[in-house]
Amino acid sequence: MSEQSTSTDLTRRRMLQGAVVALTAATGTVVLGLTGPGAGSTAAAGLEGDDSFDEVFQQRRIQGMPMAAGTAMPSGHQHGAMGYQVLIDGRELHMMRNADGTWISVLDHYRTFSTPRALARSAVIALHGAQLVPISV
Amino acid sequence: MAVRKNQATLTAQEKRGFVNAVLELKRQGGYDTFVSTHNSFIMSDTDDGERTGHRSPSFLPWHRKFLLQFEQALQAIDATVALPYWDWTADRTTDASIWGADFLGGDGRSSDGQVTTGPFAFSGGKWPVTVSPDSRNYLLRSLGAGTADLPTKADVDGVLALSDYDTPPWNSSSDGFRNNLEGWRGVNLHNRVHVWIGGNMSTGMSPNDPVFWLHHCFIDRLWAGWQARHPDQGYLPADRTQDVVSLNDTMKPWNDTAPAALLDHTRFYTYDSAY
Ligand SMILES: [Cu+2]
Ligand SMILES: [Cu+2]
Repeated sequence: MSEQSTSTDLTRRRMLQGAVVALTAATGTVVLGLTGPGAGSTAAAGLEGDDSFDEVFQQRRIQGMPMAAGTAMPSGHQHGAMGYQVLIDGRELHMMRNADGTWISVLDHYRTFSTPRALARSAVIALHGAQLVPISV
Repeated sequence: MAVRKNQATLTAQEKRGFVNAVLELKRQGGYDTFVSTHNSFIMSDTDDGERTGHRSPSFLPWHRKFLLQFEQALQAIDATVALPYWDWTADRTTDASIWGADFLGGDGRSSDGQVTTGPFAFSGGKWPVTVSPDSRNYLLRSLGAGTADLPTKADVDGVLALSDYDTPPWNSSSDGFRNNLEGWRGVNLHNRVHVWIGGNMSTGMSPNDPVFWLHHCFIDRLWAGWQARHPDQGYLPADRTQDVVSLNDTMKPWNDTAPAALLDHTRFYTYDSAY
């Protein structure tokens, strides 16, 4: 399945609920789910890990959704048991889950987040308006 | 044999020699292969699957071999060059000489994080970033934005006091020296430095920032420091173990070198002083 068709399907599905979330999210303060060393992240880790989200954060659309285990990502990677996908403006943010349930992304590969949403928001901040591009491995 | 020195002690000529060799490797096209190799490993190293470069016992020998290859590529351009190391416990401010315009250049500007000073500034035309997760083609840094402080000497000494090299389950949740040094557990040394620099150094393509090599050279020196403190301890696991590189397994992507062959760095280079 192409990246384009994935995000289009998703867009249709989430158009309505996303608009509502966007209103609140755009005005909210940013609280990153940063889990530094010794932050006792394990308890919080995994919250939202099974949930979807679709919101506008700093004028970028961020979406997260569980994937069936072993589902092929648009990038072609097999993510085994990890099973979650985050999109920024419809483009895949490569991410993975740590053994303790926290998350990292290709933009934040050396710090962990307790939820995919926090990881997506951090990526938006790091992007400064730039677009994700497919990663050739 | 190369002597790897503290970057703070390099002469102006030594700094120029290192920078020019890096720029030349970039111009020839060899540099970006290191960036993409690093990223492909970091993206495929997982806690519950095969893991070689990161979050696993071979984090240290894998990066030792990776640095050796890079150093050899620089030496093919200028035989007098050796990798310098950055002791971030000592040179820990945003105005330290490592960030000078005569060496690695400074912090990114506040508007977009673009590095605008030094030999790797985009405007100089010699450092286009081509292997990237996003549309930007310039070097990015945000010193001190992702985390306030670099690790201290006390942080390092605490980690070097740990006696087990690594422990099951041999991943980012392990106890032991390797994972505390890598930074998924404990005070967080290696990972925290990537985050403190920010920009490209925060990403899987972290070698896009030349400071990657100076950071990992110091990590490599800390490994040697741990070995000196624990002569009765060694690389673990010693026996074949699912998904991880044991003492005598060869490492991808080279497939010809096992951790056992890399434990003694003095076969390849020395440090100006031991940690
Ligand atoms: Cu690495
Ligand atoms: Cu690193």
